[in-house]
Amino acid sequence: MTDRPDAGAAAAADDVTAGGGNLPAEAPATASLPPAHPSRRGMFGVASDGDTSGYGRLVQRITNPALLPVGTSPPYGSWYDGAVDVLVRAVGHQAIDKVVVHRGELTLFVHREHLFDVMRVLRDDPMLRFEMCLGVSGVHYPHHEGQELHAVWPLLSITHNRRLRVESTCPDGDPHLPSVVSVYPADNWHERETWDFFGIVFDGHPALTRIEMPDDWPGHPQRKDYPLGGIPVEYKGATIPPPDERRVYS
Amino acid sequence: MSGPYTTTDTATDATTTDDTGDPYADVRETTEGPVFTLTGQDWDDVLGGVRGEERVVVNMGPQHPSTHGVLRLILELDGETVTEARCGVGYLHTGIEKNMEYRTWTLGTTFCTRMDYLAPIFNETAYCLAVERLLGITDDVPERANVIRVMLMEVNRISSHLVAIATGGMELGALTIMTVGFREREIALDVLELITGLRMNHAFVRPGGVAQDLPPGAVDKVRDFVTWMRRHLPEYDDLASGNTIFKARLVGVGHLDLTGCMALGMTGPVLRSTGLPWDLRKAQPYCGYETYEFDVPTRDTCDAYGRFVIRIDEMHESLRIIEQCLDRLQPGPVMVADRKIGWPAQLALGTDGLGNSVDHIRHIMGESMEALIHHFKIVTEGFRVPAGEVYVPVEAPRGELGVNLVSEGGTRPWRAHFRDPSFNNLQAVAAMCEGGLLADVVVSVASIDPVMGGVDR
Repeated sequence: MTDRPDAGAAAAADDVTAGGGNLPAEAPATASLPPAHPSRRGMFGVASDGDTSGYGRLVQRITNPALLPVGTSPPYGSWYDGAVDVLVRAVGHQAIDKVVVHRGELTLFVHREHLFDVMRVLRDDPMLRFEMCLGVSGVHYPHHEGQELHAVWPLLSITHNRRLRVESTCPDGDPHLPSVVSVYPADNWHERETWDFFGIVFDGHPALTRIEMPDDWPGHPQRKDYPLGGIPVEYKGATIPPPDERRVYS
Repeated sequence: MSGPYTTTDTATDATTTDDTGDPYADVRETTEGPVFTLTGQDWDDVLGGVRGEERVVVNMGPQHPSTHGVLRLILELDGETVTEARCGVGYLHTGIEKNMEYRTWTLGTTFCTRMDYLAPIFNETAYCLAVERLLGITDDVPERANVIRVMLMEVNRISSHLVAIATGGMELGALTIMTVGFREREIALDVLELITGLRMNHAFVRPGGVAQDLPPGAVDKVRDFVTWMRRHLPEYDDLASGNTIFKARLVGVGHLDLTGCMALGMTGPVLRSTGLPWDLRKAQPYCGYETYEFDVPTRDTCDAYGRFVIRIDEMHESLRIIEQCLDRLQPGPVMVADRKIGWPAQLALGTDGLGNSVDHIRHIMGESMEALIHHFKIVTEGFRVPAGEVYVPVEAPRGELGVNLVSEGGTRPWRAHFRDPSFNNLQAVAAMCEGGLLADVVVSVASIDPVMGGVDR
């Protein structure tokens, strides 16, 4: 594949080729290359153009729709357009960062200052009525500058039998997100867990304490800069390094 | 309010009391009041120490036999009434999610199967469905693999509900329910052992299908299991469902209505005990559940008894599904045709134990260098999964088990988060127990049926 289609970022987010576990070649054609992907190193396993010689300079492009600056362009298909319209009418355009439809799932990227309002509308509006929140979990993207910490809320509407996902981000230097416990009380423990594992402070949580790790534990274990740990194991004379020191192919 | 008295009920068999100077069973003075450590048969000492006080805080667990594993209940008592109930979790946290970020996508099943150890097949299936959706191969999974998955999940649902009922009965002192329940569970585990090779922690469901086709005799074994269960399930009704003492302990206990369930994100039998027939197998089917005939049992009692009866009924429904699975098992592949995803080898039992099948060994060692390279690469390096994020829920025995899986395009998950129903549902302990009696706490917790391996992960 030598020709790189000059597709927009939206198309890249939406149209991901499935066959053979290959990554899509589509990516926004920008003048400057995006920063090198920290999760890739080594010569092997170049996914885009089949160049395993190492002379292709191993250019890696962002393919994760959660990290692309632009989301999917409408129409989104299914009930998604109607729901997004209802939400935007209620909270305004400025609340929604981008809308991503990927693998048939709808994700709303919400600016954190509007997160609480968005959640309340999602729960209370009869056209939306996402009455159940299935918790929150974090994702740490150290290479996503300014938005290193993502939080993801899967929502479920039993009334309409629908699901969507709300995602919000905060930088490592200011890891604060609003708590939605007063909207979805079920998020109480989930927010504690996300604080425990990622260090995201949920402002307004009734008692944001660690839940899995001991109270005096240093650090937040699920962050990428937190080492997995482990010791080398000797077996029949050979030494097997701990998992986080073994060869990485990605 | 006067200073609270804290006690730690460790419920061990030691008979030492504080007058012997046991460092582990001493009375400590703290700013909150004296702290007693109970070691069994010494409750009178505590009562003597706190006479005249209204408020006692009891730490029930984490080593208490009635808390379903290492759950710690912090109960504030006024006499025998629970005025505040809080849970302490985290005693079984093993960092499975973190570990999965350091293994290939295929090895992930080996880790996640250990989360909710009473429902391992559900963990594996949810995870594999998520990987398959990220790969975009959901529709390519062979029919036979899906039927096997559904069958194993339903056998697993029965074995999990049996433990819920058995241990729940045991905690009430109904020991026969325990022995009967574990007798049936043993047979369910025999079925799983024959098919997957292990009683639990199977790692049998793999991205793209299942690890191995059904062994000879599996269909007959499953049919025997169904027959056995059909014969013995009515015993539970005789022993428990209509038992006056049993009902006296369960009816009206652990009340949580639909509003409470919605607010607290409750799913599974707890939600269905409010009368809402919410079952993901019906509402948002996966693995072809829409093609099976079964009902969603509900009760509208909102109490522990309703949840108990729902579990019994669900086992009957699972048996119906298993029979339909057996009827529609057609010969065919059990792994996707894409060789860049599917595991290259089938297992076979050789003279030196379980290993790759002889045919496969002959092929890679004697016939094709490329096949050898391919085997080596896909086993050590694994396959790549396109970047993206999915949330895939399945209806586990305890409620919605959701997998939030993130890929950055590599051979390992970037993040795997399991929304375990036990973790979420334990939040309801306060709502169910406060204002009730201490003895009812055990019943309420048992009706949630938390599995701490899933809670803490």
